Parts: sequence; structure tokens; C-alpha cells
Amino acid sequence: MIAETGHFALILALAVAVLQTVVPIFGARRGDARLMGFAVPAAQAQFLLLALAFMALMTAYVTSDFSVQNVYQNSSVAKPLLYKISAVWGNHEGSMVLWVLILALFGAAVATYGRNLPPTLQANVLGVQGAIGVAFLLFIVTTSNPFLRIDPAPFEGLGFNPVLQDPALAFHPPFLYAGYVGFSMAFSFAIAALIDGKIDAAWARWVRPWTLAAWMCLTLGIAMGSWWAYYELGWGGFWFWDPVENASFMPWLSGTALLHSALVMEKRDALKVWTILLAIVTFSLSLVGTFLVRSGVLTSVHAFAVDPARGVFILGIMAVFIGGALALFAWRAPLLRQGGLFAPISREGALVFNNLILTTACAAVFVGTLYPLALQSLTPEKISVGPPFFNYTFVPLIVPLLVAVPFGPFLAWKRGDLAAASQRLFAAACVAVLAMIVVAALQQRGPWLAPIGIGIGIWLIGGALSEVAFRIKLFDAGRAEVIRRAVNLPRSAYGTMLAHAGLGLVVIGVVATTAWRVEDITALKPGESTEIAGYTLRFEGVRESEGANYAERVGFFDVSRGGEAITRLTPSKRHFNVEGSATTESAIHVSWRGDLYAVLGDPLEGGAYTVRVYFNPLVRLIWLGALVMFFGGGVSLFDRRLRVGAPVRAKAKVPPMRLADAK
Amino acid sequence: MDRLAIIARVLRKAVAMAGLAVMIAVALGGPAAHAVEPDEVLQDPALEARARAISANLRCLVCQNQSIDDSHAPLARDLRILVREELKQGKTDDEILDYVVARYGEFVLLKPRFVPHNYILWFATPILLALGIVLIVVSYRRSRAVAEPEAPLTAAEKRRLSRLLDQS
Repeated sequence: MIAETGHFALILALAVAVLQTVVPIFGARRGDARLMGFAVPAAQAQFLLLALAFMALMTAYVTSDFSVQNVYQNSSVAKPLLYKISAVWGNHEGSMVLWVLILALFGAAVATYGRNLPPTLQANVLGVQGAIGVAFLLFIVTTSNPFLRIDPAPFEGLGFNPVLQDPALAFHPPFLYAGYVGFSMAFSFAIAALIDGKIDAAWARWVRPWTLAAWMCLTLGIAMGSWWAYYELGWGGFWFWDPVENASFMPWLSGTALLHSALVMEKRDALKVWTILLAIVTFSLSLVGTFLVRSGVLTSVHAFAVDPARGVFILGIMAVFIGGALALFAWRAPLLRQGGLFAPISREGALVFNNLILTTACAAVFVGTLYPLALQSLTPEKISVGPPFFNYTFVPLIVPLLVAVPFGPFLAWKRGDLAAASQRLFAAACVAVLAMIVVAALQQRGPWLAPIGIGIGIWLIGGALSEVAFRIKLFDAGRAEVIRRAVNLPRSAYGTMLAHAGLGLVVIGVVATTAWRVEDITALKPGESTEIAGYTLRFEGVRESEGANYAERVGFFDVSRGGEAITRLTPSKRHFNVEGSATTESAIHVSWRGDLYAVLGDPLEGGAYTVRVYFNPLVRLIWLGALVMFFGGGVSLFDRRLRVGAPVRAKAKVPPMRLADAK
Repeated sequence: MDRLAIIARVLRKAVAMAGLAVMIAVALGGPAAHAVEPDEVLQDPALEARARAISANLRCLVCQNQSIDDSHAPLARDLRILVREELKQGKTDDEILDYVVARYGEFVLLKPRFVPHNYILWFATPILLALGIVLIVVSYRRSRAVAEPEAPLTAAEKRRLSRLLDQS
């Protein structure tokens, strides 16, 4: 009964979505306030119906109702509750329900909190949101129904992919989806603006918080996936340039570009057409990501669906939305008036540089990800594009951007002074160069460019701190004045600081762990020891034990440093009975220097075991940095200017272009 | 002609920067590694380092996007041992890669070769970057031209300018 309720709610949501698409957009064309107003209750109803469907599916999972085919295929009785819940979105059908649920949540948020939006804009935005909902609900109802029953109901389910039974991965998909789907807001606003044929600074002010929220979720989602790969896949890598990783990285790159270009549009009324295009491209890349991951084009832990009908359906959705949006763009974009002149050396110029590099880097990832697929379908050639390709294309692009980042916030709008900006960054530059020299002097092995990479990371952090220090006059004013300025400084300035400093932390973590990781692969018998990075690991032996739904072989290692006992590491191998597969559970000792990472391998002859031990210096900074970026976005999100609607801009009486020169 | 000189200077800088960046990429993208079993490791560290570098560029054919250096699969192990056997016989890196490609096809290489059917792959990024730069320059100049037609200085302004310049 519960499953049928869910199924019914899903179909009803589809019907509501159709109305939500047609009625408000028609009303907006006719200028009929009542028809436009219909969008609000429709969006709210759609969310409630999908929440009901989602809860119904979750109930089926929690109660292990194996008469529902989806539950039978992806769960088992003995599985811990957390993974019964996460299994709801750990399969194709359920994850698509989560996708539309988040879409409806964003729609309902615009309906509920968007009362100060111009009515036609709100109606068009909700209409476009409804249209995306129609496409994906139709997809679910016709090809991926999670509520199908089987009769007779089996007593036990088939289980859940063991590598996905992990806390970080339980929350990785919801955040990733919130990011993907969140960019649909920017998309809907862009389409609404094109339909209306007008766009202003208030538009950018409305789009920015949604984009920022989506970007935050995507940042966290990607970081969680990377963290999971680090400790679960058993060799301590954090990024593989795998197509599914790239699928989430592309919207992140263009979303980051969008955040920065929307800033120019909000503040200076410039780059309108470009911002609209980026909004379309960013959501299109989210759709491409969904397609790549969900269609079975790529084989990976993510590709649950290997049904060609589904792939074709998603391809159709993509063609309609991306093609339609770009056609609308080509038709209507020339109507949008460009404004806001600026000199090449200015805040706008810096943000244009940011956009140039980020979109080109995004294109590099796009080509690298899709070229092998295209080549394979058009020619007999079959190639692989792996990490070396991205190291040669992506990295050289991004390095100049990293060097340029600290300059951006120091340049004035319209016309900046590079010399003055450099002067204010002098301290940060000194610290960065000093760091390079110290690292180069201390470095015993590793590439000679590693110190430069560390220097760039320090430069990013120092530059970010300098900006706030300068704006609150940390070193130039009395304490009372500094505190007053610190309190009055817009939150978004702190947000920028945190986001850019977080990026610096990521850079340091990536460079340090790539350049200086050490490994030791050896065969150990109980009682024997091995040494790595100053640590001594003594192998005490193994013990077999039983977990909730798996059998486990745990290895025990006593770790000491300079004769002093530090900790005991217990890496293990788990064998999952229901699913019939195994996972490697690494054991990690975390210190401020880095991670000591141990993996237990297979037994060898004579009672020995293969043991892999790694020392990954500063690797935690990668995820810490991502977390800092996430919080930076959050701080920025609660900036007053973004919360209080869109105040009217005072018209400048004096032509502002000569003001800078007058000083 | 000084505009050309400026463009040339910017281009030179860009090339230098790109060169530096490539070097960083190469240095950072070096071998970092993983799945090799203790009994596989070669005695000669230089030869072992070459083996690791080659392995990082070879795909494990039965895995999901892993190099044979990262993979624990038996096939990856066989291939690692094969690479080391070839190295011990004194073959060059290229000879070994050619040998593996002849056996398993181009799919096995993680870094696609620089051959005609991969030109699009390798050239797409620099071409897009160049297009982006051209687009920015063109739209910048167009917006300048529309909004700020540069009126030539009047005779009085010219006199005032030269007076100011003489003073300093």
C-alpha cells in the first residue's frame, strides 16, 4: 500500500509539473496575474508530492519490504540502518527520485521566498523549473519506476554494493545532486530572462545566492567522493581523472566561473550575455554529468543503469534542454543591452581572466572525457585518456590563474592599479618566496618544482589574508578603528577570503602529497617490523572476526616513533556474504605532518602477509581546504546584501569614468 | 608598430609561463604509486623508477580506469612483470610501450599518442584558449569603439599637454 501511495504521488507530481510549466508561462505572456500566481502553489504541491514518494520509498527500504523490486535488488535484512537509508539513492531509480525531489525543493523555495521577485520573472522561472521536472518525472515513470512489485516476495534481498557501504558515501550523492540540480536555478533564471528579453542587476543579485548554494553543495559532494576514494580504494590516491569524477568537476569549474561573472553583472551591469550563457552551460554540464553517469556509457561504480532505453531517454532530455536553451540564447541574447565599460586592468578584467581560464580548463576536461567516446563511436580507434593528458593540459592552464587570484580583490572596479595592488601584496609575496626557499632547502627528494607549488599555495592564503587585513586597516589604524572596520566589513569579503585561502590549502595538500609521498611495500610475518617516514610498524598478527553483514580479517600493527608507542593500526579486508565481494579497509593514523596509511594485503606463503604502508604528507589539507571553501561560500551566502531582496541602485549623476583620474 | 611589439611581448610571456606550467605538471605528474608487490620490485633503483613511470601510463584492462601501477588485479601484475622483464633485457621505454600497444592496442595507453586521430584531443585546449583570447580582445575593442570614440586633441589641449610635459 505504501509503495502504491508513492507511485501514485510520483504520477500526480508529473501531472502537477505539466501544469506548473504551461499555466504560468502562458500567464506571463498574457500578463495575467492569476495564471502567473498559479506557479506558487503548483511548485509547493510538487515538492510535497515528491517528498511523499521519497518517504514511501525510504519506508520500503527501512522495513526491508522485498516485495518492492528496487528494495529486493539493493538491500538486505542484516544491513545497518544508515546503509538501508543511503541505499535509497544508491541505485538508479532511487537516485533519480532524489534528483527530482531536490529539483522540486529548489522550485518550492523560489515559490515561497521569491515573493519580492518581479511576477513575470517568478512565473517564468517556476515554469522552466516545472519543464525540467516534467522531463525527469516522465523518465522515472516510464523507464525507471522504483515502486515495481514482485510476486511472490523473496525473503532476502540481493544486497548493496559493499564499496558503497560507507559513511562518507552515504552523503556524497545528496550533496552532489544538490549541486547539480541547484544549477538548474541559474538555468531557469537565464531562460526566464531570455523569454522576457530583459535582464538587470537585480537578476544577478537573485541568481547569485542560488548559484553559490549549489556551488557549496557541489564542492562538498566532490570533496566527500575524493575522501572516500582516498581511504576506500586502498592506495591513498585522492583524484583519478576518472570520467565520473570529471562529470562532477566540469559543472564545478563552470559554476565557479558563473559565480565570478555574476559578480561583475551584479556590481557593474557588464558581461550579461556571457553570464546567461554560462548559466546555461553550467546546468547543461550537470545534465551531461547525469547522462554520463546514469546512461551506462561509462563503466564504474556509479553506472547502475545499463539499459540503452534509459540512455537514449536522458540523451533526448539533454538534446531538448541544451539545444532549446542555446537556440533561445542565439535568438534572444542580442536583445540584451551590454553596459559597464572597464579597462583591461580592473576587477572586471581580473574576473574576465578568471572566466577565460576556468572555461578553457572546463573545456579541456570535457574534451578529455568525451573524446574517447566520440572517437570510439565514429572510428575503429579505441583510446584511453588518463591522468597524464590532464596533467599536460589542465594543470598548465590553472597555474597562471592561481598566481593571479590574489590580485583580483585588490583591483578597483572599472580601472585598477596593478602597481598599488602589488605593493599591498608585497608581504604575502615575501612570505611565499620565503616558503619556497625554506622548502627547497629542506627538501631531500622530490621534484624541484614542488617548492614553487607550495609557494603558490602560501601565496594564495597570504593574498587572501592581506585583502581583509588591508580593508580593516589592521596595521594602519588604532584597535578601536580596526574592530569597527572588521565588524562593518561585508560578510562576502570574509567569504572571498575563506574561499581563496581554502583553495591555497588544497594546492598545498595536492603538491605536498603528490611530490613527497613515501611508500613501502613489503612482506611481513607476525613479529616483524617495517619503517617509513620515521615511524616503525610492528606487525602483531591477524584476527578473523564477524561484522554486521560481513566477515573480516583484521591486521594489527603497533606504531611507534623514536621508541615511543603512538598508536595501533588495524587495516582489514572485509568479505560481504550476501553480495559475495570484498573491500579493503585501510587504517590511517593522522598527524599534523600527514597521514600514515596502512593496507593489509593477501596472505603469502610461510605465514607472511603483503603489507602496504604509505606516508602522505599534508594530504588532509585537500579536504580541509574544500571544507574552508564551503564555509567561505556559506559566510558569503549570509551577506545582508544577498538576503534583502534587491535594493534599487542609485543612479550615478556624474559620469563615473573620470573619477579615478581626478584623485 | 608598437602595438605589435606589445602583442609579441605578451605572447613571449605567455609562452614562458605555459612552459613553466608544463614543467610543473610533468614534475608533479611523476610516478606516485601503489599496487606493486614486494617480489616484483627490481634491484636496480633506476630501472625500477623507469618501470614505475611506464606502468603509470599503462591502463589495467580489466579495471575501471586504473593504471597497472595502481591496480591489484592479476592481469595488472602480469603486465607489470612483463614491463620489468623487458626493461631487464635493456629495451628503451618507447620500445616497451610499442610492444605493449602491439599486444593490447592503443587503448592500453593512458596518455594518448600524438597521432592524427588524436590531434583534435591535443589541440582542442590551446585552440579554445586562443579563441577565448581573440573573443575577449574583439569584444573589448568593440565596446571601446561604441562608447568612447577617441576625439583628437584640440590645438589648445595639445599646447597645454606639451607645457605640462615640459614642466616635469
